[in-house]
Amino acid sequence: MKVGLFIPCYIDQFYPQVGVATLQLLERHGCSVHFPVDQTCCGQPMANSGFASAGKGCDQNFARLFRDCDHIVAPSGSCVLHIKEHLKDASDPEGSAHIRRHIYELTEFLTDILQIETLGARFPHRVGLHNSCHGQRGLHLSSMSERMLPSFSKPARLLSMVEGLEVVMPVRVDECCGFGGTFSVFEEAVSVRMGRDRIEEHAANDVEYITGVDTSCLMHLEGLLRRQGSPVRTIHIAEILNSVS
Amino acid sequence: MKTMTHAAAAEVFNQDAARTRWHDETLWFVRQKRDRAAQTLPEWETLRSWASQIKDHTLSHLDEYLSEFERNALANGVQVHWAADAAEHNRIIHEIISRHGIRRMVKSKSMLTEECGLNEYLHEQGIEVIDTDLGERIVQLRHEHPSHIVLPAIHLKREDVSETFHEHLHTEAGNHDPQYLTEAARLHLRERFVAAELAITGVNFAIAETGGFVVCTNEGNADMGAHAARVHIACMGFEKIIPKAEHLGVFLRLLARSATGQPVTTYNSHFKKSLPGREMHIVIVDNSRSRQLGREDFRNSLKCIRCGACFNTCPVYRRSGGHSYHTAVAGPIGSILTPNLDMRAHADLPFASTLCGSCTNVCPVKIDIHDQLWKWRQVLAAEGHVSWTKRVSMQMAAFVLSRPGLYRLAGRMGRGVLKTMPWLAEHRWNPWSKSRALPEPPAESFRDWYLRNRKS
Repeated sequence: MKVGLFIPCYIDQFYPQVGVATLQLLERHGCSVHFPVDQTCCGQPMANSGFASAGKGCDQNFARLFRDCDHIVAPSGSCVLHIKEHLKDASDPEGSAHIRRHIYELTEFLTDILQIETLGARFPHRVGLHNSCHGQRGLHLSSMSERMLPSFSKPARLLSMVEGLEVVMPVRVDECCGFGGTFSVFEEAVSVRMGRDRIEEHAANDVEYITGVDTSCLMHLEGLLRRQGSPVRTIHIAEILNSVS
Repeated sequence: MKTMTHAAAAEVFNQDAARTRWHDETLWFVRQKRDRAAQTLPEWETLRSWASQIKDHTLSHLDEYLSEFERNALANGVQVHWAADAAEHNRIIHEIISRHGIRRMVKSKSMLTEECGLNEYLHEQGIEVIDTDLGERIVQLRHEHPSHIVLPAIHLKREDVSETFHEHLHTEAGNHDPQYLTEAARLHLRERFVAAELAITGVNFAIAETGGFVVCTNEGNADMGAHAARVHIACMGFEKIIPKAEHLGVFLRLLARSATGQPVTTYNSHFKKSLPGREMHIVIVDNSRSRQLGREDFRNSLKCIRCGACFNTCPVYRRSGGHSYHTAVAGPIGSILTPNLDMRAHADLPFASTLCGSCTNVCPVKIDIHDQLWKWRQVLAAEGHVSWTKRVSMQMAAFVLSRPGLYRLAGRMGRGVLKTMPWLAEHRWNPWSKSRALPEPPAESFRDWYLRNRKS
């Protein structure tokens, strides 16, 4: 099984440890991982700002690099959802369609494709789980508080396999953190307020870490936490699942 | 005065942190009530599907159902008027009022008359309409607009209401007791009801097969107005039509639970014909709805039954208040409806969202609200209604991100700047770093690490 590893641009540049953890996790679970070194961005920042049409170059690059992979995996629900819903390379409609159907967010891939039952990971900490919207409501990584359907959570199930880890949910289990891509700068006041409200609920739970499937949400929360001088830290779920001594 | 953008108005709203928290928690409480009410129905998701399908069907046979409704309403002795736009809607109502020489009238809540600016129009003609929904009366006394389609005065605290009532209804200064204030409103409105010669109401559901219509209120104010006055004018956007009376069983169950978490609205009043010697009018309004119906991507926004659930769940609405949306219908649904009315004036609204998708999930008629917000962004950018700074920055980003070599160079430079000259990025003019630290730049990118560790 040839697994293409997609490391979104901001993870590549600012959070390489998330990429490393993802790669090691996949390798440890028997995947032959291919990382196309010319990858850049999924195009979401432009598209969510109204300029999907400007993202054609990104689409082309993405389709060219990943069209031959059996599966494509990324440690980001948001970027995966964008590709799944919007990737369209006019010069390669078949390749685009294949990618749209075979791209997975990491915890989704571990759960549904690799069907992981044990991790051998240990992370003896109290951790708050942030449900990132695009992974949750877009990719259905977990049930949603608005819908009257059976409850489940792929990220929480994986975390429950980690030795010593205690997951604590905030009161509002799936409220948005307020990142929202360029929303975070163009609607700065509301964005910051939303982030602070999330942090407050997690902090009230005495968590040491806030984790989630999207580094973008975590980057926003981390920025607020560090500015507040809070002892609470953010960590991507891949790093926890990869905590193997 | 130039209208503030949502972002600017939201920033002002957020300056009062305690009040913002109160607003957020108040509406979250309503969202939780909705959750609990929905949980009591095992068939909740089925009901949503049915409602969605009935509305989809109706929208695709709208001409037939509207004609059927008109035929049946006329047969019931009701006078039916068609208004192409807000101005015609207002003129029709003014004409009816003038013909009867009426001076005193009451209005129960109707977001359509807000959309059409009826109160302001009639005021210019020297005619005053008394809003009888308690929340609407409060904002009317304050010369404000409703901040929420179901809870028009939700932005106000009881202290604010007390002050307003003290000024206009001469209640005791500083008496914030809700029961005392409600009693004062009751007495004040009762006089208006008794004196009214004409009543204007909205319409929640118009039933094609009977020519009748249903008005839902929790205060009974639509009934009091309509029963006391000799002329009743009901105003409806043309999307309020449903084919059959039996469909009410789906919509009424969803509406009350979605709106306030009640199992049923207190008064679901069915109107069909007027009493002998009285008059009943129905004004059916287009006001750009047919244009929206023609927009394939946005058509199904017309399924909306105005429950307001998307307002209550929206984390942005809860923290920015209805007035930040500068439209009659605020919140997520307003942000996909109003660009259709005037793209330039409402170009900021589809961006007043993180696209979290909670609105779509609570919508009782399954409107894909957050997807439509995204699609409106594309339309607005293509039509030139997005600021040049955003346009240029996005085009630059696209240029760099579609060139792997350039992307890596820019990344290396960016990390270098953050490491050696953080003040270049982290300053108070950067909206990111006003309240947030920038990420700490790592020594190498993931790609660099990969080349060192896997490719050697």
